[in-house]
Amino acid sequence: MASVALTHLDPASRAAARGWSDLTIRNLFIIPTLVFLIVFNIFPLIYSLGYSFTNFAANRSEPWQFVGLQNYRELLSDDHIWSNFIITAKYVIVSVAGQMFVGFGLALLLNRSFPMKGLITTLLLLPMMMSAAVVGLFWQLLYSPSWGPINYVFGLGDFAWLSNPDSALYAVAITDIWMWSPFVMLLSLAGLSAVPQHLYEAAAIDRASWWYTFTRITLPLVSPILLIALIFRTMEAFKTFDIAYTMTTQPTAELIAIRLYKQAFQQWDTGKSCALAYIVLIMVLAITNLYVKYLNKVKER
Amino acid sequence: MAHIELKNITKKFGGHTALTGLNLEIADGEFFVLLGETGAGKTTTLRLIAGLEKPTEGQVFIDGVDVASWGAAERDVALVLQQYSLYPRYTVRENLEFPLKPKIRRLPDAEIKDRVARAARTLRIEHLLDRKTDRLSGGEMQRVSIGRAIVRKPRVFLMDEPLSALDAKLREALRTELKNLQMQLGATFLFVTHDQIEAMSMGDKVGVLNHGRIVQTGSPQEIYNNPRDTYVASFVGSPPMNLIDGKLVDDRAVMAPTSFELPVSGGAKTGGATDGRPLVFGIRPEDVYLEGGAPVEAKVHDVENHGVEKIVTLRVGETMLRATVPARTAVEIEQPVRFAWNPDKVVMFDKGSGVSLRHAG
Repeated sequence: MASVALTHLDPASRAAARGWSDLTIRNLFIIPTLVFLIVFNIFPLIYSLGYSFTNFAANRSEPWQFVGLQNYRELLSDDHIWSNFIITAKYVIVSVAGQMFVGFGLALLLNRSFPMKGLITTLLLLPMMMSAAVVGLFWQLLYSPSWGPINYVFGLGDFAWLSNPDSALYAVAITDIWMWSPFVMLLSLAGLSAVPQHLYEAAAIDRASWWYTFTRITLPLVSPILLIALIFRTMEAFKTFDIAYTMTTQPTAELIAIRLYKQAFQQWDTGKSCALAYIVLIMVLAITNLYVKYLNKVKER
Repeated sequence: MAHIELKNITKKFGGHTALTGLNLEIADGEFFVLLGETGAGKTTTLRLIAGLEKPTEGQVFIDGVDVASWGAAERDVALVLQQYSLYPRYTVRENLEFPLKPKIRRLPDAEIKDRVARAARTLRIEHLLDRKTDRLSGGEMQRVSIGRAIVRKPRVFLMDEPLSALDAKLREALRTELKNLQMQLGATFLFVTHDQIEAMSMGDKVGVLNHGRIVQTGSPQEIYNNPRDTYVASFVGSPPMNLIDGKLVDDRAVMAPTSFELPVSGGAKTGGATDGRPLVFGIRPEDVYLEGGAPVEAKVHDVENHGVEKIVTLRVGETMLRATVPARTAVEIEQPVRFAWNPDKVVMFDKGSGVSLRHAG
């Protein structure tokens, strides 16, 4: 039926009157997206791979030269870059762990019926829907040393969260946790509600404690979806730029994406930046791959 | 092992009343079958005993103790459900060990091993112990789920239609096995089913549930031979009891609107059966005979051959009634035949209330 519909034009249809087949219409819907994707994604991706082997600088008109692997060599032996990677790793671990913990915890609390559950769930999802720049500015105010509510509530005096080199990175991570825990919560809720109620009843009859039921039944059944949340959040956290950039200028909070931005658009070292972007891409791919492998293993069990 | 009593239980779910004033007593070591149609309140009754639901009114007693405030774990019951409820991703052995391993009441390893081995032997699932549960057939899964109940040695076994998802052959086999298991363990069983054959073949006692009320409790024979009302009469037995409207005139059943007459013996002894009062006469198909010289003439409406016997549907005017006859009896559709019934086996019900005159007292 479907193939018939695609190849033969219903003579009574408006499309026929216009001389368009279903195939034409289908292509009309797809082609703009494809063009957009190719122009703004695929093409720059390939082009930047080319640039990464040159000393091209976007703000100069003089001709560029092919430099082979020099960019990569310089980058990988640059201690400064490595310290950026270590900062990023710390940030990813703290913020993703925090999100998984808070998000899954919230999901456990929400996974029962209580009045206004829908409203509360929606409210909890709000942070995720805000623009990262807005969130960054908003938390900058919350952290403000002299009159910020956080120091006031916790009685921290004039502790400067964002300009203290030791705390800046974690302050940003806390903001990221606030913003993205709802995402983990949403996925976890989906996973939790998919655990059949009769299994909990069977466990209650079998006199299993809450903890035993949780570790033996709930956790194994939601672990695949938790892993998916973990993959998404790790990828995103690795690439964090906006929140950190709006919140702090501390070098101890200079994530790899910020370093990349500075190199590309402040130092106009375009070729080298492209190489760095590729190094980041390969790292993210590698980490994701590990997760996916593990996810498949979990699913098979 | 335990004695269970439900006193005046009413259970409402929002506006819907699932059980009304239910009284039920299950003796220690008894195989009690709760029989009823879908939605009669069987599962609700079971869940109330298990502690998964709280009654709106009334009390649940286990061994004479009111267990209202007890959770499912404290009641020490085992529940076997129709959908097996095996723990996914675990092997059969891990499933059987599950109820024995929670920290607070963890048994010594040797004891766990012993109990699992014994349960597996009893249910003949020893060869499956190391298999994952999602790779089992329906019958194997149900055995494992029964196994998970018996390793615990609970006070009561509650079974919610455990056999209805299985195919006919397997159901028959497991029916016998379950009954044997119960006798072997000497345990109290409450078995819920909509299948009257299961009820008749397994139960020491059967409770018939209709719209949240217990209609009749008794041994399978009592329920079968002496149903309390027309509901029980038509629900229990396959094919069900014939129910024909009529009146009693001088110890003879006079049917209306199709008039034919048959004798009723002992019917008059029921006392309240005054002549002329509208009644319903109930007769089991196996108590209807086809005979050459019998008093009533009928036409064969339909014949169902069941191998060992035939179920013949007879038509007298507008009235249909079924008779079970030996398979060798030669009958053809639309053939005129004559029939009679066993006058001792006729049960009379009041037309208005549907209650048997024998029970009305």
